[in-house]
Amino acid sequence: MSNPLGEDPEAAKARRGRNIAIAIGLLAFVVLVYVVSIARMGANVLDRPL
Amino acid sequence: MAMASAPTTSPRVARWQDFVQLLKPRVMSLVVFTALTGLVCAGQPMNWVLGAVAVLCIAVGAGASGALNMWYDADIDAKMRRTRGRPVPAGKVQGADALALGVVLSMFSVMLMGVATNWFAAGLLAFTILFYAIVYTMWLKRWTAQNIVIGGLAGALPPVIGWAAVTGTAPLNAWLLCAIIFMWTPPHFWALSLYTSEDYAKAGVPMMPVVKGASSTRKQILAYSLALIPVCVAPAFTGLGGVTYLAVSAIGGLVFLLLAWRLFRSHAGEAADPRNDDGLYDVRAGARDARNLFAFSILYLALLFATLLGEHLLGAHPLEVF
Repeated sequence: MSNPLGEDPEAAKARRGRNIAIAIGLLAFVVLVYVVSIARMGANVLDRPL
Repeated sequence: MAMASAPTTSPRVARWQDFVQLLKPRVMSLVVFTALTGLVCAGQPMNWVLGAVAVLCIAVGAGASGALNMWYDADIDAKMRRTRGRPVPAGKVQGADALALGVVLSMFSVMLMGVATNWFAAGLLAFTILFYAIVYTMWLKRWTAQNIVIGGLAGALPPVIGWAAVTGTAPLNAWLLCAIIFMWTPPHFWALSLYTSEDYAKAGVPMMPVVKGASSTRKQILAYSLALIPVCVAPAFTGLGGVTYLAVSAIGGLVFLLLAWRLFRSHAGEAADPRNDDGLYDVRAGARDARNLFAFSILYLALLFATLLGEHLLGAHPLEVF
């Protein structure tokens, strides 16, 4: 893989690990907010005028 | 302000695991346990997803306050053997990054708690984070020997937050759980500090043995232990604990008192460590009683909360005394 920042391999590996961790954290947060919204609304989500 | 520039040794690239260490995972696991106990003991039905999110928010909030603590205390952490390997003093993570992580996780955890449960629980969580990061870390820790007594409130609040997440209230029984941890903290930490006081003295942290001496500390440990046991037994008489809890709290309390008495009669904390840089937790002859109380205090608190948790999960009836 190209290394535009000119980092040594260890630094590049650490940066990649941090980026993946942030991506997983943000994705988990989005999923959590979605799941919490569904759980809070519960059956009420179906109780609306058609 | 006391916060000094973090002494950085050889700078190296931060890995994601270093940021996890900033959250004090071991403290987080204790917080999860006590918060879950409060949540279950509240005794009201709750959507299990929302309950899990509430516990997660409390855990992340505790982690965030840990990161803020490590940012601010990097200067004294670097002077103590127990803490000099932490990510900031070890030069693995920049102080500003630890601060950013702490602030961001604090906001996320409080907001998600408010959305998932209620804003009373979220407010309690925000108070706990601010109390630990500002009142304890920035003020009490470097100022008074009562630092861990007052600061212990932050560690004692998670069961109240868990309870509030379910009911939106904090009744007497919730505060009783808080009181148990609050009263348990001084004998627990002072027993530890009796055989680590040289480290605290080196860092200029006014822990009780450093300021008042070992003899006074042992006396205060005994006094707090005497006050702790009635508080630990009390849930058996307020409808919170059952027969098993009464037995565990009373028998464990007697053992706690016995160990506190032995420590009081000992010379723990007075002998200088001839090996100086050897393992921090190696037991010096005079400190064996301090180590025993410290170890048992962890077991006792775990047993109390595990028993309450078990009784409520299994539907055991509380004692009908009143």
